[in-house]
Amino acid sequence: MKIGAEIAVPVAILLAWQLWTASAHQPRFPRLSTILVQFRELWLFSQFGEHVVPSLVRILAGFAIGSLIGVALGIPLGLSTRGRRAAMPHIEYWRAMPPPALLPISVLLAHSIGDRQKIAFIAFFCIFPVLLNTIAGIRGIDPTLVDTARSYGIPRRERIRRIVLPAAFPQIMAGLRVSLALAVIMMVLTEYFSSTNGVGYVLLISKNTFQLVPMWAAIVLIGVLGYLINFVFLLVERRVLAWHRGWRAALPD
Amino acid sequence: MRRFLSILDALIPVLSIVAALALWEFVSRAGIIDERDLPAMTTTVRELWHLLQTGAFWHQLLLTVRGWALGLAVATVLAVPIGIVLGSSDLAGRAFRVPIEFLRPIPSAALIPLLFLTLGTNLKSEVFLAAFGAFWPLLVQTMYGVRDVDPVALDTARSFRLGPLERLYRVTLPSTVPYIATGLRISSTVALILAFTAELFMGIPGLGQAMNVAGAFGLTDTIYALALATGFLGVAIHVFTTAVEKRALRWHPSQRQEVAL
Repeated sequence: MKIGAEIAVPVAILLAWQLWTASAHQPRFPRLSTILVQFRELWLFSQFGEHVVPSLVRILAGFAIGSLIGVALGIPLGLSTRGRRAAMPHIEYWRAMPPPALLPISVLLAHSIGDRQKIAFIAFFCIFPVLLNTIAGIRGIDPTLVDTARSYGIPRRERIRRIVLPAAFPQIMAGLRVSLALAVIMMVLTEYFSSTNGVGYVLLISKNTFQLVPMWAAIVLIGVLGYLINFVFLLVERRVLAWHRGWRAALPD
Repeated sequence: MRRFLSILDALIPVLSIVAALALWEFVSRAGIIDERDLPAMTTTVRELWHLLQTGAFWHQLLLTVRGWALGLAVATVLAVPIGIVLGSSDLAGRAFRVPIEFLRPIPSAALIPLLFLTLGTNLKSEVFLAAFGAFWPLLVQTMYGVRDVDPVALDTARSFRLGPLERLYRVTLPSTVPYIATGLRISSTVALILAFTAELFMGIPGLGQAMNVAGAFGLTDTIYALALATGFLGVAIHVFTTAVEKRALRWHPSQRQEVAL
């Protein structure tokens, strides 16, 4: 019954969409089946290399650069109270800044509407979730762990590498997940603002030329991309955090 | 000496801000980045000062805040009851698991072209977009919260013969409130981003549209001043929601612990 519902409800929703669009005869709401046929024609895989690959490159490059900066800044800031006090006003300001407000500025500063501007923009906003979670993860470490390591005479470098980083790792992963979702949104925004290729660009152009079926196909494509990227991340997270969950499960309550 | 050091310590945040502003001024004045691309800090602040004295700026600010508030309100009114239903019924939770898992990661920005064609370039689109984005974090947090209610408390209430409505009101809701509050804090940031996005891309009046217009005329100083102001609006909304969360949860252990630390 329960598993039946888990399958039946999504199927029912898709069926209702198809039936409604078939009976409404609204050009703005083409039939679901028409959208899916268009989706296959455009995206599996004739225009995949031309538009999807550039978008994926921007997401992944921006995410990777932003996350690296976030972790690299987060470790010293997590360990130093003075450093945190100096950095916090800036972090609080930039993480509260709505990203689209910096789109025009990113074009001015990068002197381009190409990959350089897009990757820099995505990377900048990917820094903050990772940075804040790295700081919180390091500050949340059980002090007994660090003290024990110190009393065994383990040098600082080794303590950071073997105790601090692994203990903060689950929370760093939580930050990475937020940043990755953000990277997908930033990709759409940057390509929508100014670009010459990518899925956001296709979306904009098909809307501007009233090609409604390709527009819907592009919306579905972005939805599928967002879903798949999140899904892959969860798989990776389950793998790299397996030790953590096993360790947690072994702890008495 | 020690006293001097502790005063210096207290001043660290202030010094850090002053240093960053000075660096901004220097980078622009020294021409490391051309002043046409990065106006000096003093130029930007002066431009912001001029904007603050115009009625148009305050009107635009108010419109953005209105889009944010309406979007967040619509999201809350929808997400909390739905979250309670989906969280308390295993069957309903499973039935909608796949659609939610699928819809949640969809970047709401992808809906902008659709909104152009359906709701049009007006407040309705802005509120829809903000509400759509803000809905998901609130829904998920509410569902987690309801699932996390202490079963012993529920059983106790039942053995005291509290009806389902009273159990909801006296047990489930109070213990879900911290989760909802967290959801609200996340959603309020999302709602502001999407309200601004709608204004920037769809030309709906507000700070986003003002920035778009400044961009079209190449008014670099105004672009920077508006971005600076938008950042402060973001900070203000963040401070506001954090304060509301603290106040709503005065009774909750999570807040008391924070004081003790």
